[in-house]
Amino acid sequence: MTTSTVDSPLRTRSPRGRAGRVLRYVLLVVLACVVLGPLYWLASSALKQNADIYTYPPTWIPTHLRWSNFVDAWHAAPFGRFFLNSLIVTSIGTVGEMLCATLCAYAFAFLRFPFKKVLFGVLLGAMMVPGHVTLLPNYLTISDLGWINTYPGLIVPGLGSVFATFLLRQHMLTLPGEIMDAAKVDGAGHLRTMFRVVLPLSRPMLVTAGVITMVGKWNDFIWPLIVTNSTTMRTVPIGLLFLKTQEGYNNWGAIMAATVLVVVPVLVVFFFAQRQIVAGLTQGATKG
Amino acid sequence: MAAVDARVDTGPRADGTRATPARRGRHRRHLREYLLFLAFIVPNFFFVLTFAYWPVVYNAYLSLTSWNMLAPVKDFVGLDNYVDLFTDPDFLGTLRVTVVFVVGIVVGSMVLGLAIAVLLNQKLVGRGFVRTMSFAPHILSGAAIGTIWLFIFDPNYGLVRPLFAAVGADSPNWMTSTTWALPGLIIVYLWKNMGFIATVYLAGLSNVPRELYEAAALDGSGAWTTFRKITFPMLSPVTFFLVITTTIGTFQAFDVLALMTAGGPGSSTTTLSWFIYQQAFKAFDAGHAAAGAMIMFVVLIIITALQARFLERKVHYR
Repeated sequence: MTTSTVDSPLRTRSPRGRAGRVLRYVLLVVLACVVLGPLYWLASSALKQNADIYTYPPTWIPTHLRWSNFVDAWHAAPFGRFFLNSLIVTSIGTVGEMLCATLCAYAFAFLRFPFKKVLFGVLLGAMMVPGHVTLLPNYLTISDLGWINTYPGLIVPGLGSVFATFLLRQHMLTLPGEIMDAAKVDGAGHLRTMFRVVLPLSRPMLVTAGVITMVGKWNDFIWPLIVTNSTTMRTVPIGLLFLKTQEGYNNWGAIMAATVLVVVPVLVVFFFAQRQIVAGLTQGATKG
Repeated sequence: MAAVDARVDTGPRADGTRATPARRGRHRRHLREYLLFLAFIVPNFFFVLTFAYWPVVYNAYLSLTSWNMLAPVKDFVGLDNYVDLFTDPDFLGTLRVTVVFVVGIVVGSMVLGLAIAVLLNQKLVGRGFVRTMSFAPHILSGAAIGTIWLFIFDPNYGLVRPLFAAVGADSPNWMTSTTWALPGLIIVYLWKNMGFIATVYLAGLSNVPRELYEAAALDGSGAWTTFRKITFPMLSPVTFFLVITTTIGTFQAFDVLALMTAGGPGSSTTTLSWFIYQQAFKAFDAGHAAAGAMIMFVVLIIITALQARFLERKVHYR
């Protein structure tokens, strides 16, 4: 780096370099505070008693852990039911969407068909359709089917998959051709090839796509908001809206506790599958 | 292309043979493969066509009608809904809010994201942890993030009060003030977006060839010049991808907004996204809601097309 010591500007490098290093660490700490501050505030407030919440200056460490905030939240809104709904919608929806995506990806990766690329283009084109354009027509479709306030109404419109199909197909195309050929020579049919060879080799990408799909469904807000109107069919994110209108700003402890319940499952998944999630969500950009 | 490929694969006259039993067998095999292909894609295509493509057609039709979502008949009104919207000062206000909202969030999170990426690209102790944590808000529920920030923005008991007190000011009443609600929302979305953008940029940074930096160092160019002449141009495809996806996402941003301001106070945070929801599901005015959605659709297509052309020009210089 410092090969050309003859240059006068470079001689000042060392002290400036140290100052730059300090500055960079200061910035890193500021960034960490900005990112973690709100999350810490959430976690600590969920355990604060009112005396620690309604006070100024703010208390950073709860003087007394008040776990009953969670009980309050649980009673203020039927969170048990919200949780059950979210679990059902997320799990069935994810399995269904992944099934659609996997079959479709396999077909586009390994099976011959006229105008295959055009068809794939049609599929990808759906990504250009903003959700807001589909909102009202889908609501009318679901309503015509009599599916307002039902699990099918919550789940079915989300079963079509573009992003997961794309991720899986791209991955399947990278599988070594020899393995496929070997399977063919074996006389294995496509169904067997898929289950015995392709899917096991696609495990990492299946996990990536599955986890991203799951998180999206758990967090989904606008569709559950419009397709349900009875409290018993609401999902957890809508529960937060419900709680806010119920409790206003008078019980921040309970509201924060409920928020923790919404966030923790996703954070847990993120903790375990962090690398896959990041890779999957950033892949489109780097592979161009 | 695909059609040609398929025909070559079938090789009807390639070997110049007549229809031998072997060839008929191959045909049957191809037919079976075609049927299998169809069977595999039908479920996915059914849902995508029903819940993504058909709605575009239906929505376009609805935008030409006047309908309260109850009456048995939809009145065809031609382009009236569009004329109504573009002559309605409230809707023009909505568009103004949308522009501020989208530009603020896209530009802000791109700048912050790039700055964070450059910082985290240095060899610093603890950068991996910070990088991971800064990504987390991207996958957290918008409703939850909105709730957290409502409390942070609380003028009496929120975290922002001591920040304002530090410079000797009172915290504004963010969410009930027509001046502060929109900036407040933008801040929250910046917090949600910047880590994701930084992560994508970091992947891009690792793809910039080292030799370019070495050459720049030999030329004695400073850090800023190197960034401007090498780093930023090399990142242009990533920038393009991020600007498009962030723009599309921000136009539709709903959950944080619904929780924090619900379009208010007044109409100070009524973006196009909130407007469409409100027209359809609060005012039951299908025609104007559908027209608003069509406007959003067209705007997004134009933005994407413009950026695609811009990128084409950029990439040639690479």
